Amino acid sequence: MAQIIVVTSGKGGVGKTTSSAAIATGLALKGHKTVVVDFDIGLRNLDLIMGCERRVVYDFVNVINGEANLNQALIKDKRTPNLFVLPASQTRDKDALTKEGVGRVLENLGKDFEYIICDSPAGIETGAMMALYFADTAIVTTNPEVSSVRDSDRILGMLQSKSKRAEEGLAPVNEYLLLTRYSPARVATGEMLSVADVEEILAIPLLGVIPESQAVLKASNSGIPVIIDQESDAGKAYSDAVARLTGEEVEMRFVNEEKKGFLKRIFGS
Amino acid sequence: MSLLDYFKTKKAPTTAVTAKERLQIIVAHQRGERDAPDYFPAMKQEIIEVIRKYVQIDTDQVSVQLDQNDDKLSVLELNVTLPEK
Repeated sequence: MAQIIVVTSGKGGVGKTTSSAAIATGLALKGHKTVVVDFDIGLRNLDLIMGCERRVVYDFVNVINGEANLNQALIKDKRTPNLFVLPASQTRDKDALTKEGVGRVLENLGKDFEYIICDSPAGIETGAMMALYFADTAIVTTNPEVSSVRDSDRILGMLQSKSKRAEEGLAPVNEYLLLTRYSPARVATGEMLSVADVEEILAIPLLGVIPESQAVLKASNSGIPVIIDQESDAGKAYSDAVARLTGEEVEMRFVNEEKKGFLKRIFGS
Repeated sequence: MSLLDYFKTKKAPTTAVTAKERLQIIVAHQRGERDAPDYFPAMKQEIIEVIRKYVQIDTDQVSVQLDQNDDKLSVLELNVTLPEK
């Protein structure tokens, strides 16, 4: 049985697609056959972050409507073995996603893949609800910022009431917090909510902390998931998160400010 | 942070502290309504209007809350702060 993981947040722009791409790539790099599905119908972007935008022929909605089969629509990643992308449709509206259709496609993917990563659109409308409905695990992507934390809490409420697992009275969806765009220096000066603050408010286990990093923009510029950039903090932090997702115990990194040298302390930075 | 900062004493709470406090309140409120049925906001509004027919109160002087005590029992709690005469 494949594990279905939704990367969700409520709020837009917090790093869902970046995280979906990184985590899917990370799982594939560990040898797990993984597919990442873009649920943002009408505003497809995962293909750009994965660097396969020019290879999209058929999409998720085509498969749901039976206009193409899965093998035609799945794009094999050129860089990472075991990794496939199912792009969203660019033209149709989000109501093209139906529970039956999405369920059928996920079930078929489940025969072939170990992990199905669902990249949710922002908001709490059809696309987002479809992305989380079938999930076994949810990665709630959150920025240390008030509106993002509040929206994450809303999404947690949805997971607990509107998911298939909730509706059918099965074991609840595994919820994890992924804190992105974290800036330890700003936390140290009291300008930013800390990991502990967000953990306390949302009260779900922490999967990882991704530091604010220039590598993320560089990666999206070139269409290479940031986890490939193992020189960067963000890349390493995503690797750690993937390891935790697969049950390894890894210590949190990049949560504390780097110690400044004596001279920097005196003269400022 | 420079040398001067070392001599400054701790002052007003930081914005992060304010953010956390605001979030704790709003999230608690949000969770209170999470499991409430769809008709709840409308019912709440109507209850407030009924009270207003008799007593002049502000909306924020009324708190209507649905508490799920266990699987079988939910309690509708109505808390009205009446104005002093």
